[in-house]
Amino acid sequence: MNKLNRLLALLLLFAGTFATAQEITVAAAADMSAALPQLVDAYTKRTGQTVKLAFGASGNLTNQIRNGAPFDVFLSADEEFPQQLIAEGLAAKETLYRYAVGRLVLWVPNDSPLDLSKLGMNALLDLSVKKISIANPATAPYGRAAAAALRHFGIYDQVASRLVIGENISQAAQFVESGNAQAGLVALSHALAPAMKDKGRYWQVPLDAYPPLNQAAVVLSKSKQQDAARRFLQFLSSPEARSVLAQYGFTLTAGKPSMGEIMK
Amino acid sequence: MNWEAFWLTVRLAAIVSALLVAIGIPIAYWLTYSRWRWKFLVEAAVALPIVLPPTVLGFFVLVALGSRSPLGRWWESLTGHTLAFTFEGLVIGSLLYSLPFAVQPFAASFGAVDRTLLQASASLGHSPLQTFRRIVLPLSQAGLITGFALSFAHTLGEFGVVLMVGGNIPGVTRTLSIDIYDQVQAANYSSANRTALFLLVVSFFILSIVFGLNRYGLNRRTWALSPWR
Repeated sequence: MNKLNRLLALLLLFAGTFATAQEITVAAAADMSAALPQLVDAYTKRTGQTVKLAFGASGNLTNQIRNGAPFDVFLSADEEFPQQLIAEGLAAKETLYRYAVGRLVLWVPNDSPLDLSKLGMNALLDLSVKKISIANPATAPYGRAAAAALRHFGIYDQVASRLVIGENISQAAQFVESGNAQAGLVALSHALAPAMKDKGRYWQVPLDAYPPLNQAAVVLSKSKQQDAARRFLQFLSSPEARSVLAQYGFTLTAGKPSMGEIMK
Repeated sequence: MNWEAFWLTVRLAAIVSALLVAIGIPIAYWLTYSRWRWKFLVEAAVALPIVLPPTVLGFFVLVALGSRSPLGRWWESLTGHTLAFTFEGLVIGSLLYSLPFAVQPFAASFGAVDRTLLQASASLGHSPLQTFRRIVLPLSQAGLITGFALSFAHTLGEFGVVLMVGGNIPGVTRTLSIDIYDQVQAANYSSANRTALFLLVVSFFILSIVFGLNRYGLNRRTWALSPWR
């Protein structure tokens, strides 16, 4: 009897490994940290396909992929990093696809005295703003966008000494959400996420102030589950997925902000 | 090699290990001589940073000492800024992070001092404090240096706490370990390699001093017998 139990346990163990073999792993830009779990939930419910997620700055993920990280799909916050991977033969060119356009916002906590709608980017010059969080421009497309926007408004040099740099855009958001920084240049998707929504106000940085955050997805060449990976990418363009992405402020074209966004 | 990050890291490690000598000696003294029945709880608390992930400390410094907590607000009213993203913040985080690396060698060396010497000193009319200063401390030199060197080296290698509360500001909170991380993430492997190799050599040097000291002590005659001379 005991032997039989052990055999059963062993079988179950193997069944477990077979089940995980069908899992796909998605490496995603940190600005997707709120939207993507919701998308994956819907996808798993519909298809039974389980999806594991790894978030980070797009540049960090690109570097990890170069060094053999076992990801199947890469959702970047820009188009450049996936294109580099394609050029290096690490990603499948025909799968490259723009799944969203990201937006940069200036975010302040509720207790901030600053009137963002009146001041816009110049709010950062206020003396009450001792620290401004941005993502690392070297590895995060949102960090690059933030630096470009500060230069666009001609205030980069004035605020440079007050910048604190998050390892990725989620950490930049966390710095300002926790009140350790008084303002932050973060992703609209974070500002709209439940964790931050009611804790502060935001101002959309005009689209002409920074190079567009055209976010591209790509299937990685080393993935052993090409079909499953491609199916997941297809799902991202479905109406169901698009409506979830829209909840987090992701559009498909870099158009004008919607009415609801202006009201905020 | 990023010299700004290097000097910042050395300054951090020097300040933290110096403060830990000042804070660690009284704690170690108490741990060695107290007969309180719950002493083991304090010993466990002091050892916590050895097993806790640095992210726990980073999280506490960021949130519990942030501008939303009473403690953080008190600090802000005192200094005008929060602890996160400042050098002081790194010092406080590192003090917690390296505490056991100073206190444990101190306590071990205090405890190794022959108790009959303490009794002799007391019978000759010395107060416990005088005995500690004149007998225990001089006999614990190797332990004191070990604690200082270990907390120095441990702070040099600190990463998680700094990543979470530092904000990566050049000259303020960008330490060598963060610099290496940035270089690796940006795929500047040759630069990361130089800094990493440098840290490796420095750490090895410090640890060799510690182990050499514990093997041969500070005594000149035994040093003369050591294989290095």
